[in-house]
Amino acid sequence: MAKPLLEVSGLKKHFTITGGVFSRKIGSVQAVNDLSFTVMEGEILGIVGESGCGKSTTGKAILRLIEPTAGKITFEDHDITDISDEEMRKLRRDMQIIFQDPYASLNPRHTVEKIISEPLLIHSELSAEKRKERVHELLEVVGLSAYHASRYPHQFSGGQRQRIGIARALANNPKLIICDEPVSALDVSVQSQILNLMSRLRDEFNLTYIFIAHDLSVVKHISDRVGVMYLGNMVELTNKDTLYEKPKHPYTQALLSAVPSLDPDVKKDRIILQGDVPNPASPPSGCVFHTRCPKAMDICKQIKPDFLEAEDHHFVACHLYD
Amino acid sequence: MNNEERQESQLSSPALALQMEEEIRATSPWKDTVRQLRKNKFALIGFIIIITFILVGLFAPLLTPYGYEQQVLQDRLKPPSAEHWLGTDDVGRDIFTRIAYGARISLQVGFFAVTGALIFGTLFGLIAGYFGRWVDMIISRIFDIMLAFPSILLAIAIVAILGASLQNALIAIAIINIPIFGRLVRSKVISLREEEFILAARAQGMKNGRIIFHHILPNSLAPIIVQTTLGFGTAILDAAALGFLGLGAQPPLPEWGKMLADSRDFIQLAPWTLIAPGLCIMLVVLGFNLIGDGLRDALDPRMKN
Repeated sequence: MAKPLLEVSGLKKHFTITGGVFSRKIGSVQAVNDLSFTVMEGEILGIVGESGCGKSTTGKAILRLIEPTAGKITFEDHDITDISDEEMRKLRRDMQIIFQDPYASLNPRHTVEKIISEPLLIHSELSAEKRKERVHELLEVVGLSAYHASRYPHQFSGGQRQRIGIARALANNPKLIICDEPVSALDVSVQSQILNLMSRLRDEFNLTYIFIAHDLSVVKHISDRVGVMYLGNMVELTNKDTLYEKPKHPYTQALLSAVPSLDPDVKKDRIILQGDVPNPASPPSGCVFHTRCPKAMDICKQIKPDFLEAEDHHFVACHLYD
Repeated sequence: MNNEERQESQLSSPALALQMEEEIRATSPWKDTVRQLRKNKFALIGFIIIITFILVGLFAPLLTPYGYEQQVLQDRLKPPSAEHWLGTDDVGRDIFTRIAYGARISLQVGFFAVTGALIFGTLFGLIAGYFGRWVDMIISRIFDIMLAFPSILLAIAIVAILGASLQNALIAIAIINIPIFGRLVRSKVISLREEEFILAARAQGMKNGRIIFHHILPNSLAPIIVQTTLGFGTAILDAAALGFLGLGAQPPLPEWGKMLADSRDFIQLAPWTLIAPGLCIMLVVLGFNLIGDGLRDALDPRMKN
């Protein structure tokens, strides 16, 4: 049985808003608010949610690229929330990230070889020759060729660049890779290639992914379990099939009802949500979703629902299932 | 299933890439810049001017039979002739000889003053921009204080403290140029720091030093290079100004600004004594500015076609 690789509990990230004459604190954007989940070894955990719901912030806070405001992150049974920058730096060989924008995440002045070999240079004792070998090997693994090594990022297409980004993340055989919308900047046809590559790499190298995306079909394709986020909170988390077939949270239900069906005869009841996402700087009281929830009750306005296991391995934060 | 996927991913990009293998050569961004620069006529003129002055300075002893200190009192204030190409000054020294040796001084002043300002300015700018917070606060305020003075006034003050000599003028010019480089680098670093590839470098576990010198510095070189060439011009001009005021090179050194100052009493009697050094200062500054402008265009991604 798989054991937990990463445990996140009570993760919070609030960005302070300063203003006025002396840059006083006049408020805070609650980008991530009290998030808890566990990632098992070898699984792909998908995280979905609309823009601005705190998905990417979550990913970066786990890697401490953004310092979390509160909460505890445990990686391989070690608490990494408060370790020093130097210890964290060493740990980064096991925890990697693939970025959303393949155009912005590669240094334009470095060759592909330098980009991919740099993590090897920092974390391993390999000789220059061995590093070069490894770079060529990695390029083959991600579906590029050894002769690409001497080129510069601007000479590649978006899909190829994303492959370079993946090769860079793989360089030191990490255990966990956080994929921060790795395919949303790509064409649909290229998306599937990259997704297939990523699931193949997972099997081949026994990787664990946290896969962040806003595209429900992409997440469905690749994930084992899926978490749904709304306004900095996780509202539902369960197995992929359960979530897509029997969603419990009203927000998940609304989200899934918006996915177009391929069969024109299937009549679906579209749940249209009213209003806009509230401002994360002043989130609603009680359940953050109550302002738009079609099933809102009085209790939802006052008490924030806990994120509880409603059924086996099916977590949901909603008063309907208390 | 797995097999299928493998086939698909192998088919897609490598096949395409193979086809393009011959066509695409690895072109570095720097090579593109050089190519761009060679197309620019004005920059080429600038290069020719500067190289001419460098050669004249280097081969000064071969170009002229006189020494720059050699006075021939019966030949005072002679107009240009076959013997004295640019005439002679008020103590009978050959002006062309002094101009040629003066090129050495001016170019050296430009080089050392700009190099000093470049090294310290870039270093402080990198530190202020990358670490931000109070470090940035302190460094930026010091820059602001320095920039609040007119630069020549600050240079005069520094020379007044250190004593008038060519070397001290050079140090003063370097110091007044530090905040110019510093602010430029700082602003570039601040914008680069938010780039995703810098975040990626941090995510890979690089140390700050590596991020600064391998990722941030190479990407902020473009404006630094432009400022360096433009800085050469202003440094030479500042040195000439200090020389003119008697705070730079001391006699009998053939510094152009000093030559200008010494001969201003003869402007009606012997204008060639002023025209030659004045024109040289103008030409050298113009040359560096033309190169600087050309480089700015060549390095600016928006100017690429």
